[in-house]
Amino acid sequence: MSAVPAAEPAIRVRGVRKVFTTGGREVTALDGIDLDVAAGEFVCLLGPSGCGKSTLLNAIAGFSPPTSGTIVANGREVTAPGPDRAMVFQEYALFPWMTVERNVAFGLEMKGLARAEIDERVRGLLAKLNLLGFEDRFPKDLSGGMRQRVAIARVLAIDPPMLLMDEPFGALDALTRRNLQDELLRIWAEFRKTIVFVTHGIEESLYLADRVVVMTYRPGTVKRLVPVELARPRDPASPEFNALKRDVSALVMEEQRRHEAEEAGVRAPPP
Amino acid sequence: MRRRAAALARSLLVPLVVLAAWEGISRAGWVTPIILPAPSQVALRWLAYARPLAPHDPAEQSWLAWVFSGELPHDAAASLLRVAGGFAIGTGLALPLGLVMGARPRVYELMNPVVQLVRPIPPIAFIPLAILWFGLGNPPAFFLISLGAFFPVLVNTIAGVRNVDSIYLRAARNLGAGEWTLFWRVIVPAAMPYILAGVRIGIGVAFIVVIVAEMIAVNSGLGYRILEAREYFWSDKVIAGMISIGLAGLGIDLLMNWLNAWLLRWHRGLES
Repeated sequence: MSAVPAAEPAIRVRGVRKVFTTGGREVTALDGIDLDVAAGEFVCLLGPSGCGKSTLLNAIAGFSPPTSGTIVANGREVTAPGPDRAMVFQEYALFPWMTVERNVAFGLEMKGLARAEIDERVRGLLAKLNLLGFEDRFPKDLSGGMRQRVAIARVLAIDPPMLLMDEPFGALDALTRRNLQDELLRIWAEFRKTIVFVTHGIEESLYLADRVVVMTYRPGTVKRLVPVELARPRDPASPEFNALKRDVSALVMEEQRRHEAEEAGVRAPPP
Repeated sequence: MRRRAAALARSLLVPLVVLAAWEGISRAGWVTPIILPAPSQVALRWLAYARPLAPHDPAEQSWLAWVFSGELPHDAAASLLRVAGGFAIGTGLALPLGLVMGARPRVYELMNPVVQLVRPIPPIAFIPLAILWFGLGNPPAFFLISLGAFFPVLVNTIAGVRNVDSIYLRAARNLGAGEWTLFWRVIVPAAMPYILAGVRIGIGVAFIVVIVAEMIAVNSGLGYRILEAREYFWSDKVIAGMISIGLAGLGIDLLMNWLNAWLLRWHRGLES
């Protein structure tokens, strides 16, 4: 089910570098990132914490522009956040003062659609994400998995060509996570969105992605692009899956060890 | 059931002992009734204060109007109307200013020094000026009450707007919200728990100030009545008036509680 690469990539990242200044010290979070994501492709950004994968996602989203380099998404250079690049946050970021229904309707109201059309589309999405019967609940009354479903429905409502997901299932228990992963794959197959998905879960990335971008620890660079050519639905217990998992684990653990060595105050070798 | 009855008995124990001791001390004649009237005497006085002055005459007024024709309902209504009016003025000014000061750092820098200078002055200290500016009667009372409500609402509104979690702003912008929508549909509701906490403090201060204002500037209301009673050495009526003030304050607090619970029904802090 791997996506057919379009002539023009949905996302084109070129020479992106991002430097943060914290406490008078400059930290290079990203350096020399080049990455193309094809339209309809499911890409995971994988690496230990501190590798800049969320920073890269935030740069693509337009929340935090790179220090240098360019990002072109959907044919336009990214300068600000926009509804063509819908973000799903690990913390859900649902508006707690709105009911499930109002949360999902929010983006549609921003588009200025007619009430009747909004209601119809909201109902359709709630049905699709198994949220019927919860329309009038407030987020505080939902479980983590339900909240993330609402957050996904909320961004699907505005029908963006791409979804940017920042460790969306990181706070969920294992069973709920697998459930939502399957649901996400179903949605991805149905709506044909481009998805960039940040995770530190090796198995999660191999279960979901067409391509896994393994990143290095500080500065964040692209260490290896790993295509995952296993047929979906994938079986995490299969030998092929585990062989791939072993390879990718080795790559990630290298970076994790550099991370730990650096934290221990030992000068890490350059990448 | 039995546990609840036991809890009720425990919560009533201390008040009953205090009342009994007080009654005993008064009856024994250890203190003169002018210094400390017996609670039974206070209760009777409170009933007289609350009761209609004339017997009911169906030709003259409806039954409901008659029930509330006593001195106490009039005084309570006068005080509560002053609180409501002054509070509405104070909050009406503090809310927009607080929202703008919270959202616009430039405005905050301009206004904050004045706010910080005037805020610590107790509203009571404005009494001389209030009388010079507005004379006697309701205007100085409204001025003082609105001043009392103004600062708690202002300070909390500013804090509420400034403390809005940036993830909501990011999510809203990402969904295509413009600045105006962001303000009214995200920042204001997100700040609402802070704002309502300020409103609650503000109405509490307004209630304190109304009693003081009535003691100096007007001749109606609960505050005026207890001062008047003192002039006649009606200690029982002073205490009856104080109890009425307490009940009115309790009523306002319950109303605010209910309003809070309803407006913040989405809020995590209210999970039961």
